[in-house]
Amino acid sequence: MHIHAYEKIWLALSIVLILFLLGSVTYGAVGPGVAMVADSEAQIDANALDEDDRFAEPRVEQVGENEYEAYVVAYQFGFDPSPIVVPEDSTVTLQITSRDVIHGFEVAGTNANTMAVPGEVAEVTVEVGEPQEYGIVCNEYCGAGHHGMEGKLHVVTEEEFESEDGGDSE
Amino acid sequence: MSDALEAEETFLDRYPAEAKIVRSAFLGSFLALTLGAIFGIIQTLHRTGIFRGIIDSSDYYTVLTAHGVFLVISFTVFFLVGLFTWAVVRSLDRPLVNIKITWTWYLLMAGGMTMTGISILAGFVDAIDMSADVLYTFYAPLQAHPLFYTGLAVFIVGSWLAGADWFRTWLAWREENPNERIPLQTFMVLTTMIMWYIASSAVAASVLIFLLPWSLGLIESVNPTLTRTLFWFFGHPVVYFWLMPAYLLWYTVLPSIAGGRLFSDPLARVVFVLFLLLSTPVGIHHQYLDPGIAEGFKFISMTNTMFLLLPSLLTAFTVVASVEYGARQRGGTGVFGWLRLLPWRDPAFTGMMLAGLMFAAGGFSGMVNAGMNVNYMIHNTIWVPGHFHLTVGTAVALTFMAATYWLWPQITNKPIYSSQIGLFQVVLWFIGMALMSNAMHAQGLLGVPRRTAEPEYSGFDYPVAFGGFEELNVQIAIGGTLLFLSTVLFIGNLVLTMGNPRVSGIAETLRPALSGPDDAPEVLDDLRIWVGIAVTLVVLAYALPLAAIINDGGLLGPGVGTYPVWIDAAVGTLADVAVPAAWSLVDALAFLGFRLLDAAASGVVA
Repeated sequence: MHIHAYEKIWLALSIVLILFLLGSVTYGAVGPGVAMVADSEAQIDANALDEDDRFAEPRVEQVGENEYEAYVVAYQFGFDPSPIVVPEDSTVTLQITSRDVIHGFEVAGTNANTMAVPGEVAEVTVEVGEPQEYGIVCNEYCGAGHHGMEGKLHVVTEEEFESEDGGDSE
Repeated sequence: MSDALEAEETFLDRYPAEAKIVRSAFLGSFLALTLGAIFGIIQTLHRTGIFRGIIDSSDYYTVLTAHGVFLVISFTVFFLVGLFTWAVVRSLDRPLVNIKITWTWYLLMAGGMTMTGISILAGFVDAIDMSADVLYTFYAPLQAHPLFYTGLAVFIVGSWLAGADWFRTWLAWREENPNERIPLQTFMVLTTMIMWYIASSAVAASVLIFLLPWSLGLIESVNPTLTRTLFWFFGHPVVYFWLMPAYLLWYTVLPSIAGGRLFSDPLARVVFVLFLLLSTPVGIHHQYLDPGIAEGFKFISMTNTMFLLLPSLLTAFTVVASVEYGARQRGGTGVFGWLRLLPWRDPAFTGMMLAGLMFAAGGFSGMVNAGMNVNYMIHNTIWVPGHFHLTVGTAVALTFMAATYWLWPQITNKPIYSSQIGLFQVVLWFIGMALMSNAMHAQGLLGVPRRTAEPEYSGFDYPVAFGGFEELNVQIAIGGTLLFLSTVLFIGNLVLTMGNPRVSGIAETLRPALSGPDDAPEVLDDLRIWVGIAVTLVVLAYALPLAAIINDGGLLGPGVGTYPVWIDAAVGTLADVAVPAAWSLVDALAFLGFRLLDAAASGVVA
């Protein structure tokens, strides 16, 4: 089969581009440690979330020095808890599930983004910085009221977090 | 289009029965395009907040479902079956084996799509207890009316019969022409259809085993991750099912229109084989953000996806090289000077070239989508519709419209009413899409979600960049309006063309490739080998993920409810601002459209 010289060069450059793209993602995973939403958590009965110790009461919990876990339930048409309140400069692991249909969970303008699928638990770990209020949107169509489904992520100062935490639990 | 050469016969002259089926398929396609465009303009104005008086927000999703299904299933696939019928008959230079079989699949497809269409449009009429506001992806546990799934199944079965019809015609030709290479266009049709059989088997299984029985109440629940994965098993290759007819036109028609010849027949075959092999084992790249699928499976899918760039990059080279050859034949010189000698006044040529140019832009945003990590930034944002309006919405749709200006006279013997309007129309599409798609990409980077009636939220504002959310909305609305006008011009031009008298002497020929099929290794034509490898790759990519999903969540899911999409009483307050007059208008248009399609179909049968 005759392949023109220019075509061979083009082919070689194309393969280089493809390998570069694959390499950059691999580097992102191995180097900076960009983790993917995966199957780390076991399946769950979406009709019985009130029997699950994480999702019966959706909340934020401290699990280590400067480390927090947030258990979030997406539903038609909102998120619980909302706002999700976490202290500044901390590492937050979000566990997100849905109690009805498939939803999205996206902290608007950031790469904190996952699907919330009934029966599955998505886990996303984020680093939060300065105090700031973020919007959370459902980015998967979930029914006639989909456009009204929003939540909030409040990153607050240490002090505010302490006082609020003392205020509504233990 | 100056060179009539030795050709005297158009396709209609030579194969009148086949020309009729091609025309009917195109008419079905353009009816869907018309409906899709009407829903498109409603959507554009509503979503951007420019005008929300036509529908209320809870019905936006009926509009969105109709826009998606009519355009990406009905418009594209009906055009494809028409084009492929033309390509097989033309390139084999023999009629179809049995035209009754051909009409059977056409009517199955038309009937199936009518059923699905009715189930969607009934969502506008409160009095009818039927709705299918599940969007084009119909993710469970959102549940549509059984008619929606039934129609889809019938439509897909019809498409399978269409493939069988073309295979049968090819086998008959092979009997008559032993030891000849498969003509290029037929080769393209056959490889594309093999891909379609593999891909659509998954969605057919999903619909027939799970979704339809579930919608009929025969099974209580489904596993949302499983049906979603089966959807994307089909959902990615289907984009190549839309694209392959455009590629067929770029490879086999565009070079002749440019006055040139295809650069290399063997490489065209290689490209189609690569698409057959790589289109399907990639669907999980739509599920990078799904919990319940291991990271390794996502990585395998990404690797296959990136290699799928290869056939498209090769196509870019071949198409440009073939067109350049045409320009140099006309006396073009210089590094870029030859560009001036191309037939830019021909809407078929300019439309396809602009479509190809935009496909390159779509390829770039596609590389971002395909990157597992950068995808987090844009997943399910309006970036994604921005991307696919470049690919299916322009590379495919604009190529189909442009090709119609060339092909329609061949199947009707009627010259196009106005080439000037045609030229204006394809350029308008390009400008409208450039505005709309660019602004959609930019909004996506701000985090603006796709698939929503009201992308503005009460609790927060989007980051300000690229001119900001509001300004980008205006660009989307202007772009969308231009696209709607372009569609109106296209349909109008075609309707006026139908009023033209039949003439003779408008036959066009397609010239053979510079490097012909004899240069291609024989193995390329051995379809059984490619079927074997394609199936093996699919099994490698999907066996383990599907087994894991079923093992973890069960065939019927780990305990998930059922959520029919009837309009919820909780959002009923919004429905008070509905405009019943607009409904009736839309309904009337839609039903009228379907009647016309049926009439057209039965008229041509009789």
